[in-house]
Amino acid sequence: MPLLELKNVHTYYGNIHALKGISLAVEQGEIVTLIGSNGAGKSTTLRTISGLLKPRQGEVLFNGQRIDTTPPHKIVELGVLQSPEGRRIFPRLTVRENLEIGAFIRSDKAAMARDMDRVFQLFPRLYERVNQRGGTLSGGEQQMLAIGRALMGRPKVLLLDEPSMGLAPVLVEQIFSIISDINAQGTTILLVEQNALMALAIAHRGYVLQTGQIVLADSAPALRTNTMVREAYLGVV
Amino acid sequence: MAVEATTGPEPLVARRSFRSFMSEVFGPLLQVLAFVIGSATILGLLVVLVAAALRGTRTDIDLLQGTISILPQVIVDGLVRGFLYATIALGYTMVYGVLEFINFAHGEIFMVGAFAGAFFSAALAASGMLDGLGPVLFVLAAVLLGMAVSGLLAMSIERVAYRPLRNAPRLVPLISAIGVSLVLQDVMRMIAVNSGLGFNASFKTPDLGAPIVLGQMQIAADRTIPISIDSRSLIFIIVAIMMVTGLNYLVNITKLGTAIRAVAQDRPTASLMGIDVDRVIAITFLIGGALGGAAGVLFGMRVGTVNPYIGFLPGLKAFTAAVLGGIGNITGAMVGGIVLGFLEAFVASYLSLFTRGQFSGPSYADIVAFSILILILIFRPSGLLGEVVTQKV
Ligand SMILES: Nc1ncnc2c1ncn2[C@@H]1O[C@H](COP(=O)(O)OP(=O)(O)O)[C@@H](O)[C@H]1O
Ligand SMILES: [Mg+2]
Repeated sequence: MPLLELKNVHTYYGNIHALKGISLAVEQGEIVTLIGSNGAGKSTTLRTISGLLKPRQGEVLFNGQRIDTTPPHKIVELGVLQSPEGRRIFPRLTVRENLEIGAFIRSDKAAMARDMDRVFQLFPRLYERVNQRGGTLSGGEQQMLAIGRALMGRPKVLLLDEPSMGLAPVLVEQIFSIISDINAQGTTILLVEQNALMALAIAHRGYVLQTGQIVLADSAPALRTNTMVREAYLGVV
Repeated sequence: MAVEATTGPEPLVARRSFRSFMSEVFGPLLQVLAFVIGSATILGLLVVLVAAALRGTRTDIDLLQGTISILPQVIVDGLVRGFLYATIALGYTMVYGVLEFINFAHGEIFMVGAFAGAFFSAALAASGMLDGLGPVLFVLAAVLLGMAVSGLLAMSIERVAYRPLRNAPRLVPLISAIGVSLVLQDVMRMIAVNSGLGFNASFKTPDLGAPIVLGQMQIAADRTIPISIDSRSLIFIIVAIMMVTGLNYLVNITKLGTAIRAVAQDRPTASLMGIDVDRVIAITFLIGGALGGAAGVLFGMRVGTVNPYIGFLPGLKAFTAAVLGGIGNITGAMVGGIVLGFLEAFVASYLSLFTRGQFSGPSYADIVAFSILILILIFRPSGLLGEVVTQKV
C-alpha cells in the first residue's frame, strides 16, 4: 500500500477545472517529483493533498485512509506536512517562533529541542538569525526556514512546493542536497519543481503534469532520457 | 596544544532568553508608560502655559493656581479613561488582527459585562452578603464573572453571526455586527427591566475605602493641596495593568499566542502548521470579549449605574483608539486608548475653566478630542504605532 495516493482527483477553483483526474502514488521512503510548466496544476495538487482545497471528485488516501474531506490541521496531525509555494514564512514571527509553530501539533518538548538542533545543523544560517523576524530574511534563508519549519512537525510525508524558486544556483544545489539528506534519514518526499533537471537528479520516480493531467509517469532515470521531457522541461533540443 | 573534538557538533538549542522574555512581556507596557508620561507632561505643560497666558483676563480666580490645583485629578481621570479605552480597544484590534473585520458589537459585549457585574452585586446585596465579601474578593469575583460572560458571549456571536459569513463580501459581516449590537441592547433592556434590576441598574459595591493620599502639592506660599486617588480609579488602573500584562504574556510568549499571531499573518499557512484556524479565531473572540467584559465591570463599578446603552459611546471611542494606535497592533490599541483618554480628560476639565464656563468641558470634550484625533490620523494614517503596511497582531 502506498503511503500517499491520489485516485482520479478533480479539483476546481470556482468554475476553473484545475485538476482533471490526477492519479499518483508515493511509496514509503521515496522521493517522488511532480514536474510540469507554470500553471500545470502542481501547487493545486499539493493544496488538495493538504486539504486546503477539497476535490470535487476522486480520493486522496494517506496510509490507506481517506483524507479528502479531512480539515487541513487534522491532515498535519496525520504526518503530512507542506512547505508551500513562495515559502510563506510568518513575516513577523522570529526564526525561532517560525520553527516552534512548525511543531505546533507536538508537545514532546525534549524531542522538539533535538529536532530544532537538527534543523540548525542542516541550516547553520538559521541559527545565526534565530531571533530575527522571518520577514527580514533573504529568499534563500526563508526557503531554509520553510523546509526547517515543515521538518519540525516530524513529517511522514513532506510536500515541497518549488523549493528552488528564486534561489541562486549555488543555493539551489545546496537545498537539493539537503532534501536528499532528509530523505536518506527516512522522510518520504513529494517534490514539486519547475527545475526538472535538479528534481530528477535526486528523485526516485517522477510524474509529468500538463494542464491538470498526468501525461507521463516513470522512474527518474527514464524521465531524464525521455525525449519529450528533455525537449519540454530540460531545455534540451 | 589543540584539543581534538571527538563528539559531534554542539547541540544548537535556541531557547528564549530571559531578556527577550522580559522585553516581550513588559516592553509594550513600557511603551504605554512612555505615552502616559508623555501625554500627561505635554498636556499638563500646555494647560499651564495657556493658563499663564490667560492669567490677566480673569479677576475672579487665579487661573494658574486653579489649573495646577486640579491637574493631579485630571491626570488620574485621564489614566482611568485611557485604560478604559485601551482595554476595550484590545478587543477590536485583536479581532481585526485575525479577521480584518471590525466587530461593531464589541461595545455591547462591554455593556453585557457591566450588567453581569451589576447582577452579581445586586444578588449579593439582596442576600445581604455584599459587605461580607470584602473589597478585593468582590472586585475579583465581579471582574472574573464579567470576563466569563462577555468572553463566552463574544465567542458565541462569532460562531452564530460571523463565521457563516466569513467568505461573504466584507460589508455583510459588518451589517451582521450592527444587527447583533442592536439585538444585544434590546435583549439586555428586556432582561434588565423585567428582572427588577431596572433600566438604570445601580451597581452596588462594598465600601472600597477612602481616597488614598499620595502626597501634598504646594500651589502657593500659603496653600497646599493633597494629591489623592479614589479607590475605584486605583482599582480600575491596577486591574487594567494586570490584564494587559497578562495579554502580552499570552500573545507574545505562549504557544497559543504564537498561533494567534500566525493566524493573523497568514491563515492558510497557519492551517498547514496544524493550527485549527477556526478554533484560534474563536479563542481570539473569547480573549477580546473577556477584556471588554472586565472593562465593563470596572466601568460600571466606577460610575455606579449601568444601562443597556452604555456600550455605544465607549465602544466607538475605543474603536477610534484602536485606529489611532494602528488597528491590529496590540500595543497600539493600548497607546491609542491612553492618548484618547488623556485628551478627553484634559479637554473636559479645562475647557470650561478657560472659557469661564461658556463652553462646558464635558459636552465639548468629544469635539475637541476627536478633532485632534483626525489631525493625528491625517499626518499618520496608519496610526501612532502602525507600520506603513497594515501591521497585525
Ligand atoms: N486561487 C486560484 N483561483 C483561480 N485559479 C487558480 C488559482 N490558483 C491557481 N489557479 C489556476 O489553476 C491552474 C493550476 O495552477 P497551479 O496549481 O498554481 O499551477 P502550478 O503550481 O503547476 O504552476 C492554473 O491554470 C491557475 O491559473
Ligand atoms: Mg505552483
